Amino acid sequence: MTGKAHCYKRDHINTDEIIPARYLNMDKESDLAKHAMEDIDADFLNKVKDGDIIVAGEDFGCGSSREHAVWALRGAGIRAVVADTFARIFYRNCINNGFLAIECKHINDKVDSGDELTIDIENGIIINSSKNEQYKFLAIPGFAREIIDAGGLLNHIAGKVK
Amino acid sequence: MGSTITEKILAAHSGRDSVKPGELINAEIDVIMCHDVTTTPAIDMLAEKGLSKVAYPERVVVMPDHFVPNKDIQSAEMVAKIRRWAKEQGIEQFYELGRHGVCHALLPEQGHVRPGTTIICGDSHTSTHGALGAFSTGVGSTDLAATLVTGELWFKVPETILFRLTGKLGKGVYSKDVILEIIRRIGVDGALYKTMEFTGELIDDLSVEARMTICNMAIEAGGKSGIINPDQKTIDYVKARTDEPFELLYSDPDAEYSQIIDIDVSELEPIVAFPHLPSNGKPVSQVGEILIDQAYLGSCTNGRIEDLRVAAEIMKNKKVAKNTRMIVVPATTDIWKQANKEGLLDIFMDAGATVSSPTCGACLGGHMGILAAGERCISSTNRNFVGRMGSPKSEVYLGSPATVAASAIEGKIADPRKYL
Repeated sequence: MTGKAHCYKRDHINTDEIIPARYLNMDKESDLAKHAMEDIDADFLNKVKDGDIIVAGEDFGCGSSREHAVWALRGAGIRAVVADTFARIFYRNCINNGFLAIECKHINDKVDSGDELTIDIENGIIINSSKNEQYKFLAIPGFAREIIDAGGLLNHIAGKVK
Repeated sequence: MGSTITEKILAAHSGRDSVKPGELINAEIDVIMCHDVTTTPAIDMLAEKGLSKVAYPERVVVMPDHFVPNKDIQSAEMVAKIRRWAKEQGIEQFYELGRHGVCHALLPEQGHVRPGTTIICGDSHTSTHGALGAFSTGVGSTDLAATLVTGELWFKVPETILFRLTGKLGKGVYSKDVILEIIRRIGVDGALYKTMEFTGELIDDLSVEARMTICNMAIEAGGKSGIINPDQKTIDYVKARTDEPFELLYSDPDAEYSQIIDIDVSELEPIVAFPHLPSNGKPVSQVGEILIDQAYLGSCTNGRIEDLRVAAEIMKNKKVAKNTRMIVVPATTDIWKQANKEGLLDIFMDAGATVSSPTCGACLGGHMGILAAGERCISSTNRNFVGRMGSPKSEVYLGSPATVAASAIEGKIADPRKYL
C-alpha cells in the first residue's frame, strides 16, 4: 500500500486528541471521521486523502481505550499509522479492526509530511520514494497477522463461536 | 524461578501450570463490565456478524456511567440500546439509574471484584481492580465483543515492574500523590505493555480504597494493569461484599521482574500534575501562583467516601473562593448516600460547592462541568490531556482530593497541609 505521510512530530498523541470525548455519543465511522484530530490539527480533514498514512513518535494512541479513535482515523481515509511505539490498548484495537499499526523506530525523525510512503508488509520495509530511502520495521507478530488477514478479531473468532 | 501474581492468575485462567512473559494465551474472563460508551458499538458489531448470543450472561455486569443521567438524545439512545440488549441476553446485573455509579468505583463496592479473578472492561481505567489482587485490564469494543460471545480473550503475558514503596506518608499526602510521583519518575509510557505490581510498607498501611487510586492510574504510565497482592484488608473488604468464593494468589519471593523500583515516600510532598500530561508532576511547594476557575472532586480515581471525607475536613466552615466554582461528584449512589448521612454534602454546599449525581461527567469532558477556553481546573481525576475536560484551550491540573479542596478555598492551587 502506498500513501502520503502526515507527520506529527511528537510523542504521546492520545485518543482524546484523535477523537474528543464530546463525540463519543456516536460510533459510526463516517460521523466520527468528521472530527478526527480536530483539536490538534484543524486542517486534518482537508489534507487527508484516502490511503494516507499517519507518522508519529512514541506511545501513539495513549489514554482512553476508545476504539472510536481507530474508526475516526479509518473513516477519514487513513489506512495505516506508523509510529516509534504504540500504547497497548490502541495497538490491540488496530489489530482487532484489521487496521495497520506499524512500529518503526525513529520513523518520526526520518519522514516529513507529504512524503510518499509504500508499506511492504511481507518484507517488513517502508519505502520513502520522496526521499529515496527505506526503513525496516518490526514484523507484525504472526497471531496479529492472522487477525488482520481475517479482517479483524470478530471474523477471526466467528468460526469458533458458530 | 517463581511466578508473579499476574502470571499465576493468567496461568490458572488459561489451563496451564505456568506462563512466562511474552507468551500468547487465551484467558477465561470472570467479569465482563460494560458501560455506555464502548458497549453500544460492541453490541452493533456482534449483531452485524450474526454473533449475538452472550456466552455467559452471569459474568456480565452492566454499569452505564459516562453520560448518565443521559446528557442528550444520542446518549439516551445508547443506554436504551444497552438496556434492551441486556434484557434480551438475560443479563441480570444491570445498575440502573438510582443504583448507578462510576463503574470502577461501583464494581468493587458491589462485590464483583474478587482476588485471583480476571476482569475486562472497555475502559482504560479497568486497571483499578488490581488493587484487590485481580488481573484487570482495559480493552476496546471489539475485544469486549469477542469476550462477550466467547468468555475468553487473547493476551500477551506481560512483564512486571515491581514498585517497592517504603516509608510513611506525611500529613496531607495521599496515595494520589504517590502515583503522580511514580508517573512523574517513569513517564506516561514508563510501563508500556507491562504490569505494575505495588508492594511494601506503604501499601500495607493504605486502605483498600487508597490502593485503588494507585492501580487506577497504572494506565497513565502505559501499564497493562496494576496489581497488589491480597492481604487481610483485601479479604475483609471482599467478604463484606460477596459470598462468592475466591482463591488467594501471591507473587513468589523468587518471581522474576523486568525492573524493580524502590521509592521512599517519607519526604513526599503533595504533587500537582501540570497540563498536558499526568507525568508533569511538581511538588506543591514549587507550583507558584496558579489561579483556578474550577475545582473538581470526583471520578474513578478519587470520588470515594474517604476522598470526600478528606476534602470535607478541609472545607468545613470555609468558603469556596470568589471567582472559583467547585463541583463534587460522589462516585456511586452508596457513596452519595453515605456522604449525605455523614453531613459531608452539607459541608460542601455550605462552602458554596455544588454536588451532582454520580457520573464520569466532566472528567472526560462529557457533561456536568465542561471548561471554557482559557479556563483552569484543579481536578482529582486522572488525565490532563489537551481538551480533556472541555475546550482544547482549557487547562487541567491533577491533584489529590485534599489539594483540590484547599485550592477551591484559596481560588488558586494550594498546599492542603496547612488545613490539616
